[in-house]
Amino acid sequence: MSQAVLEPDAASSRGMDLLRFATAGSVDDGKSTLIGRLLYDTKTIFEDQLEAVESASASRGDEYTNLALLTDGLRAEREQGITIDVAYRYFATPRRKFIIADTPGHIQYTRNMVTGASTADLALILVDARKGLVEQSRRHAFLTSLLRVPHLVLCVNKMDLVDWDQKVFERIADEFTSFAAKLDAPDLTIIPISALNGDNIASRSENSPWYEGPSLLHHLEHVHIASDRNLVDVRFPVQYVIRPQSTTVTDYRGYAGQVASGILKPGDDVMVLPSGLTSTISAIETADGPVDEAFPPMSVTVRLADEIDISRGDMICRPQNRPAVAQDIEAMVCWMDETAPLRVGGKYAIKHTTRTARTVVRGLQYRLDVNTLHRDEAAGELGLNEIGRVRLRTTVPLLADEYRRNRTTGGFILIDESTNRTVGAGIIIEAR
Amino acid sequence: MSQTKPYRVSHLDALEAESIFIMREVMAEFERPALLFSGGKDSIVMLRLAEKAFAPARIPFPVMHVDTGHNFAEVLEYRDSRVATLGLNLVVASVQEAIDTGLVRELPDGTRNRIQTPVLLAAQEKYRFDALFGGARRDEEKARAKERMFSFRDDFGQWDPKNQRPELWALYNGRHHPGESIRVFPLSNWTELDVWHYIAKENIPLPSIYYAHDREVVERNGMFYAVNEFIKLRDGETSEVRRVRYRTVGDASQTAAVLSEADTVEKVIDEVAATRITERGATRGDDKVSEAAMEDRKREGYF
Repeated sequence: MSQAVLEPDAASSRGMDLLRFATAGSVDDGKSTLIGRLLYDTKTIFEDQLEAVESASASRGDEYTNLALLTDGLRAEREQGITIDVAYRYFATPRRKFIIADTPGHIQYTRNMVTGASTADLALILVDARKGLVEQSRRHAFLTSLLRVPHLVLCVNKMDLVDWDQKVFERIADEFTSFAAKLDAPDLTIIPISALNGDNIASRSENSPWYEGPSLLHHLEHVHIASDRNLVDVRFPVQYVIRPQSTTVTDYRGYAGQVASGILKPGDDVMVLPSGLTSTISAIETADGPVDEAFPPMSVTVRLADEIDISRGDMICRPQNRPAVAQDIEAMVCWMDETAPLRVGGKYAIKHTTRTARTVVRGLQYRLDVNTLHRDEAAGELGLNEIGRVRLRTTVPLLADEYRRNRTTGGFILIDESTNRTVGAGIIIEAR
Repeated sequence: MSQTKPYRVSHLDALEAESIFIMREVMAEFERPALLFSGGKDSIVMLRLAEKAFAPARIPFPVMHVDTGHNFAEVLEYRDSRVATLGLNLVVASVQEAIDTGLVRELPDGTRNRIQTPVLLAAQEKYRFDALFGGARRDEEKARAKERMFSFRDDFGQWDPKNQRPELWALYNGRHHPGESIRVFPLSNWTELDVWHYIAKENIPLPSIYYAHDREVVERNGMFYAVNEFIKLRDGETSEVRRVRYRTVGDASQTAAVLSEADTVEKVIDEVAATRITERGATRGDDKVSEAAMEDRKREGYF
């Protein structure tokens, strides 16, 4: 059995890739302990941080070093002993760099979990082996599937407190697997662990000879994420037009942006939306020189053979593979504003890829109970942390795909035009 | 069919692509952005990313240096040479001038980290900058771990950590009313080690104080301060020449050096990978004041 090499080796780390994952759960499930353990086992916690946490724990009268204090950075969080906001944490092994979006389990869980999951390659859900699945576990699994996080890991924690009983683990695993099947859930891995003792975290534990899967860290290091990207549908939202005002570079016009999906190559026939004009890619440039191809998540500058009118918010795609040019949008919206609910007739700014428009809510089909998945069709509004199916009409067309096919061209945010607050997150089900 | 290519992107390339995306987003959506440039390694990396984001055009916004007057000579030289090479428009917001005109008052201990905040805000107002790029990273400090890429600041430049805009996907909300502004942190997801790997990969020159050199220093609270015009020996202290380098560059009266033999970028990378103390913990007297020292300064408008 191979054990992960844990120290981020200086020489090899230039070639590693990046995995973003979101953690969900509450302090009771041992989430902070687990994150503390991952940081500790990968030698990411520094001595001065540990000393600060130890002395803060001691002065609060905690009986043990409270690793939650490592992530709870705000004064109000430490005073109230709660996590208010998503915290980002970083660690690396020789194979990968990891970004953890650590989302709180109780306060504003939906808003924070949706935020953390929106960019995650993987979601990690914790349950307490003694309690089994609780309402919160199902809610987290549902949000993970709603946000189309490609990989899901369920950690059955505190296995030491059930004497590493295989039957306990299997009962929870079976229950979760059948629940996840209903959700159209992604790739699922279930691991028995003890975060406190480090069992099955950095290496396989001798306490679970019956468990034949990987340790958590081994799984995080090896889970295959390269094919999660959509390399089929060419979508290049134009972000900024580069036109140097210079005497040395004349007549230069390049379309800067980040590839949302697909593979672009010089010589490709392309169509620009919403105009529908066509041209050919003459070059794909970066500051380091031209490249033969561009794919997600590269930031490049595309140049076209023909002079056509293109500006920010336009989309470069292939003539035979285009997003919808749509003003009527069916979407699941998660409401994030505590000051006012989403109501039918409400008007908002909508930001989708690099395009911003205005939109009006034409209808609210139902509000979804994220615990029971019950659809309340009588609902008249969406309050903070509520999710519902909404019909929108936009002032100008969006160049959109279904979210399930494309997480970049299928997601949007709603902005209150008077307060400028980000009030909603949307996942496109249908655009026409 | 030929073999399927992996279309692999290294973590450094992914970070670079994200930072470039953010810089372009700001340029497209704001009227008067500027980049905060301290001469420290993070702002130097940020400047390189700005070069790359808009090439072959020049960097399309000015850089602003909040000059505490407590500078390392090597850093000022570096700043002026980069500004000349890149043809940048440099705005200097001088803390000394602000003291002379009475905008701020010198603190009893003579340190200037804290009083640079009103100077920064006054300059922002004078030049009507609506977005300021800062080189802060989330791995630096626990209050920064909760910071957004686009961080909203009110009329007074203040950060309200409990009232931050959620950030989903790569959809950043930079909308603000006149007088309000956004601080933008393109290096949010970078770690100290990522920054050094990038400096090596891009072969970016740095001020010489980042590499090991012999310097006359005095030891205080386990930290090594250069003896110079800003830091004088107190009664009973003795100085000595040690081999040191700086991990961060801040107010020269508050920034300490670390003992080091790392005189090349490769050696620095090895040293950073092996170190067990955070860079701010090792070198910044200003963060040691209280558990929430950084949060308090950020609320006041610090970057």
